[in-house]
Amino acid sequence: MNLENFLFAESHEWANVQDEGGDKVATIGISAHAVEALTDLVYMDLPEVGDSVTAGESFGEVESVKATSDMFSPVDGEIIAVNTDLPDNLEILNDDPYAAGWIIKVKLSSEDALSKLLDHATYEKQCSE
Amino acid sequence: MSIAEQPETHSHEHEISLEDLMQQRDFIRRHIGPRDSDLPKMLEAVGATSLDDLITSTIPADLLLENDPTFDPSETCLPNPTTEHEALEDLHSAASMNMPSRSYIGQGYYGTIVPNVILRNVLENPGWYTAYTPYQPEIAQGRLESLLAFQQMTIDLTGMEFANASLLDEATAAAEAMALCKRANKKNKSNKFFVSNNVFAQTIDVLKTRAQFMGIELIFGDAETVGDHEIFGALLQYPGASGQVIDLEPLIEAAHANKALVSVATDLMALVVLKPPGEMGADVVVGSAQRFGVPMGFGGPHAAFFATRDEFKRSVPGRVIGVSKDARGKTALRMAMQTREQHIRRDKATSNICTAQALLANMSAFYAIWHGPEGLETIASRIHFLVQLLASGVEASENFSVVHDHFFDTVVINVGDQQKAVRERMEQMGVNLFYPTPESVSISIDESTTTDDVLLLMDLLEGVEVEEDRELEVSSRFEDAIPDSLARTSDFLTHEIFNRFDSETEMLRYLKRLENRDFSLTHGMIPLGSCTMKLNATAEMIPVSWAEFSKMHPFSPLQDNEGYRHMISQLEEWLIEITGYDAMSMQPNSGAQGEYAGLLAIRRYHESLGEGHRNICLIPSSAHGTNPASATMMGLKVVVIKTDENGNIDLDDLKEKAELHGENLSSLMITYPSTHGVFEETVREACEMVHDHGGQVYMDGANMNALVGLVAPGKIGSDVSHLNLHKTFCIPHGGGGPGMGPIGVKAHLAPFLSEHVVVDGIVQADESKYAVSAAEFGSASILPISWMFIRLMGGEGLRKSTQVAILNANYIAKRLEGHYEVLYKGQNGRVAHECIVDIRPISEVTGVTEVDIAKRLMDYGFHAPTMSWPVAGTIMIEPTESESLEELDRFCDALIAIRDEIREIENGKVSLEDCVLHHAPHTVDDLTDDNWDRAYSKSQAVHPTAATKLAKFWPAVNRVDNVYGDRNLVCSCPPMEDYDS
Repeated sequence: MNLENFLFAESHEWANVQDEGGDKVATIGISAHAVEALTDLVYMDLPEVGDSVTAGESFGEVESVKATSDMFSPVDGEIIAVNTDLPDNLEILNDDPYAAGWIIKVKLSSEDALSKLLDHATYEKQCSE
Repeated sequence: MSIAEQPETHSHEHEISLEDLMQQRDFIRRHIGPRDSDLPKMLEAVGATSLDDLITSTIPADLLLENDPTFDPSETCLPNPTTEHEALEDLHSAASMNMPSRSYIGQGYYGTIVPNVILRNVLENPGWYTAYTPYQPEIAQGRLESLLAFQQMTIDLTGMEFANASLLDEATAAAEAMALCKRANKKNKSNKFFVSNNVFAQTIDVLKTRAQFMGIELIFGDAETVGDHEIFGALLQYPGASGQVIDLEPLIEAAHANKALVSVATDLMALVVLKPPGEMGADVVVGSAQRFGVPMGFGGPHAAFFATRDEFKRSVPGRVIGVSKDARGKTALRMAMQTREQHIRRDKATSNICTAQALLANMSAFYAIWHGPEGLETIASRIHFLVQLLASGVEASENFSVVHDHFFDTVVINVGDQQKAVRERMEQMGVNLFYPTPESVSISIDESTTTDDVLLLMDLLEGVEVEEDRELEVSSRFEDAIPDSLARTSDFLTHEIFNRFDSETEMLRYLKRLENRDFSLTHGMIPLGSCTMKLNATAEMIPVSWAEFSKMHPFSPLQDNEGYRHMISQLEEWLIEITGYDAMSMQPNSGAQGEYAGLLAIRRYHESLGEGHRNICLIPSSAHGTNPASATMMGLKVVVIKTDENGNIDLDDLKEKAELHGENLSSLMITYPSTHGVFEETVREACEMVHDHGGQVYMDGANMNALVGLVAPGKIGSDVSHLNLHKTFCIPHGGGGPGMGPIGVKAHLAPFLSEHVVVDGIVQADESKYAVSAAEFGSASILPISWMFIRLMGGEGLRKSTQVAILNANYIAKRLEGHYEVLYKGQNGRVAHECIVDIRPISEVTGVTEVDIAKRLMDYGFHAPTMSWPVAGTIMIEPTESESLEELDRFCDALIAIRDEIREIENGKVSLEDCVLHHAPHTVDDLTDDNWDRAYSKSQAVHPTAATKLAKFWPAVNRVDNVYGDRNLVCSCPPMEDYDS
């Protein structure tokens, strides 16, 4: 998987921003490192299409046998798609966290928050510390 | 007393005192496990010369009571030790000041007939009441099955899809319903919650407290107006507090149209014959299961129930039992969604619920199993028929009028200016009614009411004797007191479990079968750290069943409950002496609720000083998870204080954060001795630091078993503490509740303790009483247990208990040396009353986890210690004073033998996957496995020591798969064939 274009939040969410019909759309998920650290995932609470998200604020929860964790949005905008298959097939997150394991898609209202995100190499470095 | 003196008094028989001849200290040696003759050996093992020497080397000198200049042991109010029969006689003379009058008060508490087979085999049976919360499902399948039946019963009767395994009481369940509505209804930005005027006064009062600090505004009105408001949620009651039954369906529809969620408080007995709220569109349904076979007990304990729709199941507070499978693929039950419990969610929690009411929930489930759907229908129909007769009789006499046309069991009668006369007549005959207004009386009929009772009520209402042969019949007005449209038509309790055990022989055997699957203190040590699983002596338990305690209604008039008040005030006095505080509140029903009540007092105290802006609560990272959850519910912001490498509070970090938040500092919540099982030397300093910045100190009393008689929290700088009476003061854990969490406070906080909205049987509804529980004294009927413990032990016995609790823990720590590492120690290498054993070094090398060790201990005949709390990858062991030297040695031998088994992996003799720990615990299914191909023998699996051959406890199932159960959440009874497999 080429993660060169992916941006990462320190709180372990990733964002892949692309142009879609003139809009900037971010696909958002959680990193392989986060999935591994959470251990056995049992549940995911997802937002709905149309909800707005704010960078740094929770858009949902993921629950493992060990902990319940918030997922924080790395970007500002409006949710245009939700991966509703995911809660019933959480093993996808273990197998393919950066493609099939996407969680939401957000139409950006501003790109301000992107500058605070890390590139893949920097994120990996942070995780290994 | 130092032990060096003891051989002398015992060796000269002529010196035996009269007290000893009368065996006044006999109970002390019955309660404390190690014999006096064992103590020298144990003390030598830990390197102390006497119990006093052990204490001086363990507890920092500046904390010890004996070094406190204001402490005068000769002024103690604590009793001298006494014998079991004398203590029982003493308590009985207090109990006999109670008048268990015939109660028709209702208002959430009703007379009930406890089936005797349940009374003797569950409530009065240590096999049920000494078990712990079922965190180890392999040795708890019995009560997990009955708790699941409680959930199924709740689901069936309420008509909802999902239920939990009990909450503390109806009022707090309603508050949890409000919190769920807020949390689940994210789209609705309103902060307003509607409460019907026809909700019980005690429920409203608890809601007021809860709402105020969650930023919720309560709106009161008649139920019919619920659709008129912009609200996020609502609470209706069905039948109402007045007994009136109305159709909720159009009201719920109107509220839903406004995007509000609707919770309904209800009554299980009414739902036997009424259309359930779930069929009217309710989102949450709560109530009390008390009248299903649990005595009123002056307010508790009883189990509240909480049911909701499937879509909100992940937001349900409290414990939920779910179905999963074990390592052999067999159906197995366990507590589901443990991550939802506050110990993981911490400051994200919206509820601090921890303790449930397992024992009482089980009693209610068994009541339903015993009577079955048909039996319940008979009971509910009888109740309804008798109240129809009463209403008709009142109507016929033409003196008074019945207010409502539709009701189940309660009628309000307008008596005009006759209330005083009616009340006098009633009370003269030992009959208590409820008086909702100065012109009316309210009468609730229950399971124990007879036709003679109804005749007597009519006599007393009218003031003339009714002829004995008077024919009673239901008048046309009340023929459809339950209108057809509100009558229950759906089946309930159809599962076979509710239709199978109707002979007493079958019931008795069913109860015993479940009991036999559960490990309790009747089998062996339950060394759970921070849980204090000590003896619950029979003499302490006996008074709980006395009618003078069990049959009391919490809203009975003062003259009827003097005995209770006398016993409670004596217990308060003793606890004040023990804790060094100035006042107590007996209202909180659990430790977490005590935390909430304590923080509430701190908040209100600050507000009284004009410092209501103080909202920062400092909590060490090692705190009980309930601490941050309680603080969050009180509207406080949690700031975490670091702990240093020795597990102590990092004083520099505390100083920095206390200064940083100075003006906004509300409080510090600490546990003493710390949750790491050590006596920190800097606790006075920490308290002073917080006081210097205007903050208050909350000292969590979870570890009070290391302090009683030696250190008083109120004398070392703390302002408020809760006591877990179900830990330190001998109330049994009941397999996961009941509990009691009274708080002690210094004088300046005393004006801010919770009061109660009902005084002398009359509602004082003007302003908030800041109640935290439905009943004034929480679970009053279990307070006699703690009273008995203190009365029996006396100050002297309590002090010795604490000393031996500390000795036992240090003895274990010493015996495990060289085999395991004890993670944290205090001064002179001492632990407090518990110790944390670090498994992480073992895990790193071998892959064996703390879970493997916990499960393997089951094969050796023990309950596991506390796992991965407060430090992940560790086990925490608390033996208490009640475990004998033989049992401590048996336990240490088991842990050491397990260490040897682990060594086989280290030595490369066996792989992790093949080793005996990996497959633990072992069951009869393993023993009878014809295709046994493990790397170890069956005898090593199930009989690792001689002790297990003598008395083997068999886990009912193999290791339970938690992940499978949490992913596939099923929380209702599985088909019957799964039970028989």
